Amino acid sequence: MLGFLRRPVMVTADINLNVVALTVVGLLSRLWQLAYPRAVVFDEVYYGQYLSFYMKRIFFLDGSGPPFGHMLLALGGYLGGFDGNFLWNRIGAEYSSNVPVWSLRLLPALAGALSVPMAYQIVWELGFSHCAATGAALLVLIESALITQSRLMLLESVLIFFNLLAVLSYLKFSNSQKHRPFSASWCFWLVLTGVACSCAVGVKYVGVFTYLLVLGVAAVHAWLLIGDRTLSNVCVLGHLLARAVALLVVPVLMYLLFFYVHLALLCRSGPHDQIMSSAFQASLEGGLARITQGQPLEVAYGSQVTLKNVFGKPVPCWLHSHQNTYPMIYENGRGSSHQQQVTCYPFKDVNNWWIVKDPGRHDVAAPLSPHAQEVSCYVNYNISMPAQNLWRLEIVNRESDSGVWKTILSQVRLVHVNTSAILKLSGAHLPDWGFRQLEVVGEKLARGYHESTVWNVEEHRYGKSQEQEERELELHSPTQTDISRNLSFMARFLELQWRMLTLRSDDLEHKYSSTPLDWVTLDTSVAYWLHPQTGAQIHLLGNIVIWASASLATLAYVLLFLWYLLRRRRSIFDLPEDSWLRWVLAGALCAGGWAVNYLPFFMMEKTLFLYHYLPALTFQLLLLPVVVEHVSHHLCRSQLQRSLFHALVVAWFASACHVSNMLRPLTYGDRSLSPSELRALRWKDSWDILIRKH
Amino acid sequence: MPPAVGEGLAGSELRPRGGRCGSQAARAVSADVAAETTARSSKRSAPGSRRFEAAGQWALLALVTLMSFATRFHRLDQPPHICWDETHFGKMGSYYINRTFFFDVHPPLGKMLIGLAGYLSGYDGTFSFQKPGDKYEHHSYMGMRGFCAFLGSLLIPFAYLTVLELSRSLPAALLAAALLTFDTGCLTLSQYILLDPILMFFIMAAMLSMVKYNSCASRPFSAPWWFWLSLTGVNLAGALGVKFVGLFIVLQVGWNTLSDLWHLFGDLSVSMVTMGKHLAARILCLIVLPLALYTATYAVHFMVLNKSGPGDGFFSSAFQARLAGNNLHNASIPEHLAYGSVITVKNLRMAIGYLHSHRHLYPEGIGARQQQVTTYLHKDYNNLWIIKKHNTNSDPLDPSLPVEFVRHGDIVRLEHKETSRNLHSHYHEAPLTRKHYQVTGYGINGTGDSNDFWRIEVVNRKFGNRIKVLRSRIRLIHLVTGCVLGSSGKVLPKWGWEQLEVTCTPYLKETLGSVWNVEDHINPKLPNISLDVLQPSFPEIMLESHMVMIRGNNGLKPKDNEFTSKPWHWPINYQGLRFSGINDTDFRVYLLGNPVVWWLNLLSVALYLLSGGIIAVAVQRGARLPAQVEGLSQVLLRGGGQLLFGWMIHYFPFFLMGRILYFHHYFPAMLFSCMLTGVLWDTLLRLCAWSLASSALARGVHALGILSLLLGIAYSFYLFHPLAYGMVGPLAQDPRSPMAGLRWLESWDF
Repeated sequence: MLGFLRRPVMVTADINLNVVALTVVGLLSRLWQLAYPRAVVFDEVYYGQYLSFYMKRIFFLDGSGPPFGHMLLALGGYLGGFDGNFLWNRIGAEYSSNVPVWSLRLLPALAGALSVPMAYQIVWELGFSHCAATGAALLVLIESALITQSRLMLLESVLIFFNLLAVLSYLKFSNSQKHRPFSASWCFWLVLTGVACSCAVGVKYVGVFTYLLVLGVAAVHAWLLIGDRTLSNVCVLGHLLARAVALLVVPVLMYLLFFYVHLALLCRSGPHDQIMSSAFQASLEGGLARITQGQPLEVAYGSQVTLKNVFGKPVPCWLHSHQNTYPMIYENGRGSSHQQQVTCYPFKDVNNWWIVKDPGRHDVAAPLSPHAQEVSCYVNYNISMPAQNLWRLEIVNRESDSGVWKTILSQVRLVHVNTSAILKLSGAHLPDWGFRQLEVVGEKLARGYHESTVWNVEEHRYGKSQEQEERELELHSPTQTDISRNLSFMARFLELQWRMLTLRSDDLEHKYSSTPLDWVTLDTSVAYWLHPQTGAQIHLLGNIVIWASASLATLAYVLLFLWYLLRRRRSIFDLPEDSWLRWVLAGALCAGGWAVNYLPFFMMEKTLFLYHYLPALTFQLLLLPVVVEHVSHHLCRSQLQRSLFHALVVAWFASACHVSNMLRPLTYGDRSLSPSELRALRWKDSWDILIRKH
Repeated sequence: MPPAVGEGLAGSELRPRGGRCGSQAARAVSADVAAETTARSSKRSAPGSRRFEAAGQWALLALVTLMSFATRFHRLDQPPHICWDETHFGKMGSYYINRTFFFDVHPPLGKMLIGLAGYLSGYDGTFSFQKPGDKYEHHSYMGMRGFCAFLGSLLIPFAYLTVLELSRSLPAALLAAALLTFDTGCLTLSQYILLDPILMFFIMAAMLSMVKYNSCASRPFSAPWWFWLSLTGVNLAGALGVKFVGLFIVLQVGWNTLSDLWHLFGDLSVSMVTMGKHLAARILCLIVLPLALYTATYAVHFMVLNKSGPGDGFFSSAFQARLAGNNLHNASIPEHLAYGSVITVKNLRMAIGYLHSHRHLYPEGIGARQQQVTTYLHKDYNNLWIIKKHNTNSDPLDPSLPVEFVRHGDIVRLEHKETSRNLHSHYHEAPLTRKHYQVTGYGINGTGDSNDFWRIEVVNRKFGNRIKVLRSRIRLIHLVTGCVLGSSGKVLPKWGWEQLEVTCTPYLKETLGSVWNVEDHINPKLPNISLDVLQPSFPEIMLESHMVMIRGNNGLKPKDNEFTSKPWHWPINYQGLRFSGINDTDFRVYLLGNPVVWWLNLLSVALYLLSGGIIAVAVQRGARLPAQVEGLSQVLLRGGGQLLFGWMIHYFPFFLMGRILYFHHYFPAMLFSCMLTGVLWDTLLRLCAWSLASSALARGVHALGILSLLLGIAYSFYLFHPLAYGMVGPLAQDPRSPMAGLRWLESWDF
């Protein structure tokens, strides 16, 4: 108990001053003059608007990525005491005094700064020398594009941070696997791997590729573990279970947690409500909830309702009708019923109200003029007979056998009784005679489930007659429930995630957009900000020396790897076994990290920019010193060759530093360059550096 | 190894012995086991029984083939009208017979074979194949259907032989054959004029020859080895030549070849020279030969289709000059563009058309109220423009002046011939595309302002700085704003006569929408040359037609509000495709897999992963398996693994595809899935049998299991056969329908 009386408590700490020094210079490079420029720089205009929504707790929908990244930026705003009052409308706009620019940019800058010591740690954990590790860290430190990207309120540096953290903690974990499995630090690093992976995915979807890579490496290691016959079956099972929990279960839970916090924070209705379902909207404060509050839950005969299409594409809309009739003859010469039009209208309107009538007592059910018109060759018919106005109701998401049509919650299909056609939003716009409203048709051919055939009641009320008022009271009081409580977190999460993934942005062109092929050779650049008067500007440009040598190193790695692999197959072992294993692991993580963060962009159909390449580039930078060290240790035959090679490396690194220094005015935007200086920096025609003309 | 596998069952079995090459799995077995095997088998197979076995095998193969042909050719003539995509492929067959040029997103081989079959069977190409449901009447269609059914029937013996080769087990092969024979989906798809039976034929043939050649690995460079290797190459060319999804079997064979070479490379007894020979043989048979054949199909395609037809507009002007009947064919025009020439300018993007203007203004509120400039797909007088120098207005056709050619980088003016207005652009937003500038016709009688000046640039190969008709690809760059003339491909509203929008884009990215070529060219001062010299070479034609096909494929995008088939629907047989008929009075054919077969396949994949996983982990943990189980697990892991890989590679890529997908895309994967089921159940039953003590009981369990599976499948086919052979009468949701009890899923509409 009182052991400390007998033996003093000792704290011994190994402090690697290299790491400390690297951290300090990393912080310096990223935090220096962080609040400059006090103006909106490039995509800050994009993230800023969501930041303001967080500050005001207004719900929004953004298809570009999961909410964790946005929330981190919002955390910076929260810590800086930002009230969200800023109009994010223009790049270059001056920040007003209430915007805490420094704290908004702090988190990305910290993430960028910490990537420097982490690069050191990764290369060290991969089993290479301190020299190589320092080299990797210095490359990350001086790379202009990484500096620019981390000093602004953008998410790439955060993504890179979590990618590196995932790789680093996995390496720490697998290194402690050999000596101390199931120890506290083993557990810590294993769980941290899973957490870092989920954070990376939570910042941007592309983080999933690094996650898959780590999973792949972990799977190979686990397979080798299964083959280890010195371990008992129970022990192997324990290992596998621990990995499954930490690398599969933990990330999923974390991902759900991000959304949970996101939805808990954003509780007020806002401009993006319309895209969500009625039930989701009703769960937000204000907006639809205010209208639907207290309205009867169960739809009865005589109810007045508005019907919203569940699919809501191309725009959310309500079933609508108006006095105008279909034209006698359509443009393509087909005849029409010349009856009253039924459309889908994207605005609230008194003509969106419908009365549900009991077919047993009334001949005419609502002013529905059952109608469909030819949209494409698949929907090719035209029904319009006066007595055909009965529709059968099918509740799609019936949870129980009760089968009551509930406001907002029930999703229904309306099936025309005579022709068994299903009421559907075709997605086409009617011509001028239909006032460009959306076309509604009876779909007869395809009976499979599709959301465009599903509708739900949004607003609901009874008529004013005495009898109905009584019925309203009767229905109202016992079954009235709070709809927002009916919608579980999982339901809201699934809906939000689905809408985020299917949200399509149509703007595919941008002045600075580029293709993945441009990135490797640095054939593109992005202008981020220009000083309103002088030529001072921030321009996303990489250090071309580093980019070229990183690509060369990757190529050299692949060629060397294939060469060794083929020779090993013929039983010629050039490398000792442990060097070979190190070489393979470094390649799997670094070259693999580059490949998984780069190649998928070839298949993506969205606007791409140079900064999308930065995560891949970071992995290349880790590989570069590994290849250099390998060449020096294994390929230089004599001391002379080695010395020459070292001199070459020093010269190369000096030139890289020089280039970074030359690009510094564009990286930090702190110094105004004259047009001739700018022109001198334009080493490639494709670099679009802004030059004032006067 | 194989006799050791099922020793308990051996007596009841007919064992394949005919092949001159050993089983592929046999390679893996250690020498002493092999020796033991031969000793035992030689003991068992006396000459008489061997002859009996061989005869039995042939008889079985004949039986399988007969069943297959009988089911496929039964009621082949029904219905005597166009079903589903017959309207496309029948029509394309007719195009070959009529030799008219057309465009399709698939490579030509399949349609060429359909055309050939039609031609040989006396079809004259006069039927119009307008829309599904049209009666064939007196036209001969049975030749084409018969050809497809013939290839479709061969799938089953191929599957039988493949499984036999992989598992060395007749019951497994029989099971796989039965699954395919009695699958209504495979049957339906084989009975009509479609590309799918042809595609599946080549895929299965490639798979069979690959497996056969794997079995010959112990005797490299022997005649059968060469035969099967080159046959694999031929079939790969066939598969790729029918549809681009044939690429998946190419990948599978490629993977197999790589792993094969990797094994050889690790074998130190194989010298590097031999290794080089191996490599060269693969390159020759699996790369050079297929490519040559694939190219040959295109050569035939272009040779046969030499008349102008509905596909001309998809191709470039230079290409069209090849086609008889096209206005560019045998035409003669001046070769190099000169000032004063009257020209038409065609956009290089597919289906955009010619630069066009007409006497209508942009309406109020849409940019400046000046004359519209659009693109128009049809040939018209309003497509004619005169090319002039930017700074002089003198008539360049004045015979006293020398001819001056337009050169790369010149600054020019384009005057619309009919209205004498200049092509003009300015800082007004384009009518439809945001951030692009509006393009108008401006000025009176050719006098405008500096916004009418364009710099002409050649994008591709320079012909001595001059601009060559048809061949030079040009960009027109607006001098004042620096933007590029292009077409967005968007359809203008009614005020623009539903022609396509022309804009000036400030983004200088090179896209085909902003590249143009000169097509018609009139200049009396220049000598005309025959267009034949401008005709593209064969490699250029190949490249162009591939670009057009790829773009066509990418253009097939699903619409948001339509029901579309999703890849996850397919293996669960979620929804079929209507081949013919909708109403209860129609003759209805519905493409739907036999649910018993499909769901058994689905279960088998799961079971396979489970059992394969258990065995693999057990081996990795160093468990010592008994010899028989060892043999069976080799069949499961190697043979089954190849089939599983085949299923995956023919199925999973569809999840990544952006184009519109249909249910029938799953059928190549389904073939592999059926074969896997055959191998899996036979192996599992053998494993069950092995675990039983008495050999009689074991034999009984195995035989009973296989037999009950076979009978169950046959019975389910009896239930579902009207789907394929056609049904008339009430729909299945009607309780009076004979199919009423069979609508097991809500989503089936038959």
